[in-house]
Amino acid sequence: MAETDRNDRPDPDALLAEAKRAARGRLKIFLGAAPGVGKTYAMLESAHERRRESIDVVIGVIESHGRAETEALIHGLDRVPMRVVEYRGKTFEEMDLDAIIARRPKLVLVDELAHTNVPGGAHLKRYQDVEDLLLAGIDVYSTLNIQHIESLNDVVERITTVRVRETLPDSVLATADEIELIDLPPQDLIARMAEGKVYVPEQARRAAHNFFSLGNLTALREMALRHAAERVDAQMVHYMRAHAISGPWPTRERIIVCIGADVAGLRLVRATKRIAERRQAPWVAVYVETAHHASLPEADKDRIAQAMRLAIQLGGETVTLQGEDVAGELLTYAREHNCTQLVVGRPKRRGWRRMFRGQSVTDRIVAKTSAFDVLLVGGDETEAVAPELAPRPESAGFDWKPYGIATLAVAVATGVSFLIDLWLPLPNISVAFLLAVLLIAMRLGRGPAIFASLVSFISYDFFFTEPRFAFAVSDSQNLLTLFFFLVAAAIVSNLASRVRRQVDAAKTNARRTLNLYEFSRKIAVAPGRDEVLWAVVHHVASTIRGRSLVLLPKDEQLEIAAGYPPEDRLNERDAAAAQWTWGAGKPSGRGSTTLPAAEWLFLPLKTVRGPIGVLGVQMAGQDGLSPEESRLVETLADQAAVAIERTTLVADVEAARLASETERLRAALLSSLSHDLRTPLVSILGAATSMLNYHDSLSTEDRKDLAETIRDEAERLNRFVQNLLDMTRLGSGALKPNADWVDLLDVIGRAIERAGRLLQGRHIKVDVDKKLPLLHIDPVLMEQVFFNLIDNACKYSPAGSTVTVWARRREKEALIEVCDQGAGIPEADRQRVFDMFYRVKAGDAQPAGTGLGLAICRGVVEAHGGTVHAEPGLHGNGTCIIINLPLPEPPSLSAAEPAKIATS
Amino acid sequence: MMRILVVDDEPQIRKFLRISLSANGYEVVEAENGRQGIDAAAREKPALVILDLGLPDIDGQEVISAIRKESSVPIIVLSVRAQEMDKVEALDRGADDYVPKPFGIGELMARVRAALRPLQKDTAGTILEVGDLRLDFARHVVTRAGAEVHLSKREYELLHILASKPDHVLTHTEILKTVWGPAHVEDTAYLRVYVNQLRQKLEADPVTPKLIVTEPGVGYRLRTSG
Repeated sequence: MAETDRNDRPDPDALLAEAKRAARGRLKIFLGAAPGVGKTYAMLESAHERRRESIDVVIGVIESHGRAETEALIHGLDRVPMRVVEYRGKTFEEMDLDAIIARRPKLVLVDELAHTNVPGGAHLKRYQDVEDLLLAGIDVYSTLNIQHIESLNDVVERITTVRVRETLPDSVLATADEIELIDLPPQDLIARMAEGKVYVPEQARRAAHNFFSLGNLTALREMALRHAAERVDAQMVHYMRAHAISGPWPTRERIIVCIGADVAGLRLVRATKRIAERRQAPWVAVYVETAHHASLPEADKDRIAQAMRLAIQLGGETVTLQGEDVAGELLTYAREHNCTQLVVGRPKRRGWRRMFRGQSVTDRIVAKTSAFDVLLVGGDETEAVAPELAPRPESAGFDWKPYGIATLAVAVATGVSFLIDLWLPLPNISVAFLLAVLLIAMRLGRGPAIFASLVSFISYDFFFTEPRFAFAVSDSQNLLTLFFFLVAAAIVSNLASRVRRQVDAAKTNARRTLNLYEFSRKIAVAPGRDEVLWAVVHHVASTIRGRSLVLLPKDEQLEIAAGYPPEDRLNERDAAAAQWTWGAGKPSGRGSTTLPAAEWLFLPLKTVRGPIGVLGVQMAGQDGLSPEESRLVETLADQAAVAIERTTLVADVEAARLASETERLRAALLSSLSHDLRTPLVSILGAATSMLNYHDSLSTEDRKDLAETIRDEAERLNRFVQNLLDMTRLGSGALKPNADWVDLLDVIGRAIERAGRLLQGRHIKVDVDKKLPLLHIDPVLMEQVFFNLIDNACKYSPAGSTVTVWARRREKEALIEVCDQGAGIPEADRQRVFDMFYRVKAGDAQPAGTGLGLAICRGVVEAHGGTVHAEPGLHGNGTCIIINLPLPEPPSLSAAEPAKIATS
Repeated sequence: MMRILVVDDEPQIRKFLRISLSANGYEVVEAENGRQGIDAAAREKPALVILDLGLPDIDGQEVISAIRKESSVPIIVLSVRAQEMDKVEALDRGADDYVPKPFGIGELMARVRAALRPLQKDTAGTILEVGDLRLDFARHVVTRAGAEVHLSKREYELLHILASKPDHVLTHTEILKTVWGPAHVEDTAYLRVYVNQLRQKLEADPVTPKLIVTEPGVGYRLRTSG
């Protein structure tokens, strides 16, 4: 078999990839589920082992976080000094890439692969540095926590509600030559944390406390274990390909269930689903379609189709293979896909057929393989497999036409034979008749062909055997010729018609496959529920050349969710049929056995989770669906059900994500409220009680001072409450910009005026282009934006410095910047400062914000269709908050001014 | 002594208003809900009503309409920021001005003084002086520090209507209807452009205007003091 040949030869691409790896340094990653499991420790231990093997090991970077055991292991290892980097007035230590490459060790230890470098080095990320080391032919040991892997980032956030900013592309992990999983049971890790053995940065203490819960750690550990296992699996398949080792190599399990006409398919599929679920393994239902398939009874075809559909419903894959050797095809497929287990049914073939046809497929599978586990599932189909649909019979009534043509063909053959006999008498003129029979068999099938052979037999007998023009046969030789002719004609016609059926079956199958392929492609690209529904009804309608609709439940009632051509109501009978199908989970309506008087045929949309809706179809003509069509439509219905459910699941996941986000925000809000509401209240209460209690002993000056405190703090409280209100309304979507044509300068002016007392010696420079047209914005909300920005700018810049508000037109946008001359925002924080309740960790001298101001700015600006982001100011000093607002065409002002007149 | 009616359901707010207004030489009458307020407005004949829009019994807007049916006493509304629609509605129903909550007493006193200032029905023949600006409506001449400022017809009309109610807020609709006509009450863009032009000609610093003040979402005010 050609497939086997290919498998026996090493895959050149895979070998090439292996060769490439040889020149590079090798990367080994110590993977852990969470900080503190002991990755660095394990890495150092391995390093010592290598050193004992007299391999040149150096430390590139190790973060011991002051752990004594780790410190102890660092001793005795060569260390490349760290590079000192100055950034924004602070000094940082970074790995010295160039020094390591110059030193050319055999192996270098690089801790924390996901680390982000302080700007100024060669690369932004440490893994890029590592890539350079590998390219230089140096082996690298590194450490990584599972939550830093890019593709798991979302999942980790959903589980732990902590967003990890430092991520590592999956490809880095994928190209690692070796991964060692450092595993520590969560209980032990929590204990270690309690003992203070887990390093946690100061600012992350509270987050860390939530992060290190038993549930989180268990989930992360599971994720790390699985990731490592999957990788090992992938590596193995790669190795097998490269070295042409024929499978299977049991690693992660894959299960195949073999569906056939003579086994209890539904039982098999259900059993497989249970096994697969228990083993967390993917599974495939495979059916091998032979030429024989076409001649199977419709009931058998239905059973096979039902089993395959059930597999789709239960979340399995389905594959239909073409070929004559069922067992061979199955085993080849299983080997190619590295399946470990085959589930097959005990055949229920009757004794004499078994003798006649030889071994069953199951017997041959069991006989042919020793590499797979074969699970034999017995028993008869216990559930009713009676067709629920009563499809239109293949041919309605007896069709005389092919038989007429057959007669005609024989007549022509007789005529031709006569002519031949006249000019060139042949001993065996019967060949001409055989030709006619052959043609009829190929064109019109078996029945007419047999008929043609009979007519030929009679005609030959009548016209060409002695005595001519009589049915009597005198010659025994002629009698024998006639008999052989009849037998030959029957065999030839049978063969020819079989070939024709196979061609037809192949065509039907190709059409069906193409149809299903197109359907799955359409629903795969449909982004949302409505698009999926539309794709479903459109595709089904065009498949059956009729109409179709999808009904989905809404508040316990079925409603038409989509229709092609669009349809918005059903008559009572159809509605009743649809409702019955929804309740019973079985087809009803026209062409089925239930409520056949309805105009539509309704099919249940079911998935493994249960019914999700109803598919309605209506043929264009009076005909029902052919058996082939009804099987196709049923398969489409199952695919549609899975697709529709997928969109619902996506929505559910999104809702769950939002819920956890809301939860996080609520917690942050509470902590913010208690701090930001209380601080001004403390001052107000203190000042007011001082005035009350010590009224007489206070100087006028003091009293004024205290009163000012009360006023300023009350104003601060008011600002906070205003921000909270805005935020709440933004969050609930209630803050809709009430846009009007507004002069930006006016809005900025108002904000500056309101900010008045907060400026405290800072100078504000307004530079707005006079040619900037009116903006279509909400003046009140945008004033709040500028107020917050100016307030922030003042808060984070020294007294006496200048805050600049600058605005220009840029094409179809207004570009507005508010810049200060403060300390600036570290790059890592620049995006996050717009998150709700996020505050850049400030020194003691700086007042902490509420973490709301910029979030509101972003909310408002985005509600206006604009964007906002932070950048360092000119020459890297200070911060610029940059707003882009769309600039629609302002209304014409032609009617605004009548003829100009002098005012005097 | 001028009598001021304070309608507010918050005793603390009534208390501090009573103290401050009394300190400024006004007599204060208090009402703690809408019905009492309407009654007191009819009975006590106050010179000014300070009305909170959020009242326990009737909507403050209804109170404005009820008072307006009986008298033309100036009404100053206390409203919450970010409810521009409410402010505009109150002004449309006949309120004279509003002060957004929370407010400083200085702000309220300025409004009270402006509201109590007798209004000239006809500004023709009036001369208004603000800082170094001199608006002579009899002669249609505007001067700034003695030098004449050239205004277009619309600019002049705009300034004129603002000056007709100095220190009072005028809604966009009111201004647009008077200056551009009833067909243009929606065209706030006109107003923005002309206010900007006026500021360029009249204000010392057009970025932080002292004369023509924007009331966001509501309208403009010509400020003659503080």
